[in-house]
Amino acid sequence: MKRRTFMKGAMTAGTVGIALSAGLLTPSAVLAAWPKSAFDAKSVKDALGDLGMSKGTKSSNIKIKAPDIAENGAVVPVTVTAKMSGVESIALLVVKNPSPLTSSYVMGPNTLGKISTRIKMGKTSAVMAVVKAGGKTYTTSKDVKVTIGGCGG
Amino acid sequence: MASIKIRAKLRGGKVQVKTLMAHPMETGNRKNKKTGKKYPAHYIQEVTAEHNGNNVLTANWGPAISKNPYLAFDFKGGKKGDTIKISWADNKGKKDSREAKIR
Repeated sequence: MKRRTFMKGAMTAGTVGIALSAGLLTPSAVLAAWPKSAFDAKSVKDALGDLGMSKGTKSSNIKIKAPDIAENGAVVPVTVTAKMSGVESIALLVVKNPSPLTSSYVMGPNTLGKISTRIKMGKTSAVMAVVKAGGKTYTTSKDVKVTIGGCGG
Repeated sequence: MASIKIRAKLRGGKVQVKTLMAHPMETGNRKNKKTGKKYPAHYIQEVTAEHNGNNVLTANWGPAISKNPYLAFDFKGGKKGDTIKISWADNKGKKDSREAKIR
């Protein structure tokens, strides 16, 4: 229990501090751990910086499972699988979305490096997964073509 | 309010958790065609998963997660009958949580 609160605190102290000092957080909607500045960031680099991550090194140990062509950009199923051990967190980004960061995940000690969800994509873009494991950052990306209102690709 | 569905299954030594939440996940950029006004942003910001009271996953979400969100993950060390609790909180301060047993 103690460890958990500590880790949460340590992870978010930085980003929340910045957001607070900039007067960005409205008290009614403050969640202690939610990194608002990272979600507002307009570039991949800023979003990762606000999460305390860097782009890291390319790794073939991360797999992104997503359709090559997504007919509906509002619902794109994505699965990220990181094979390395000791995965601490995963960030999932869509490079060309207005705000690239879609979501970030903090793993517990027994949680495996695998996340499935469904994301929105504004247009054809690379989907990027950034994985933090053992204090290092790894990344991989996959291009997903989005056809809006089309009948197949 | 039953806005959360959970399936937790023990398979091959790991627990596979799948969950579906009912939520509009409004980005704040979508316009009402009649009035031209934007629908205000309304989306889940934080999802937490607990196994017998211990945190196994914290997800921070932005508005780019699809409507009626789906989330699946695996963890080790769970047994049949253990409790999985999923909770979410959105940007308007609404919250919900639900418990399920590992099968």
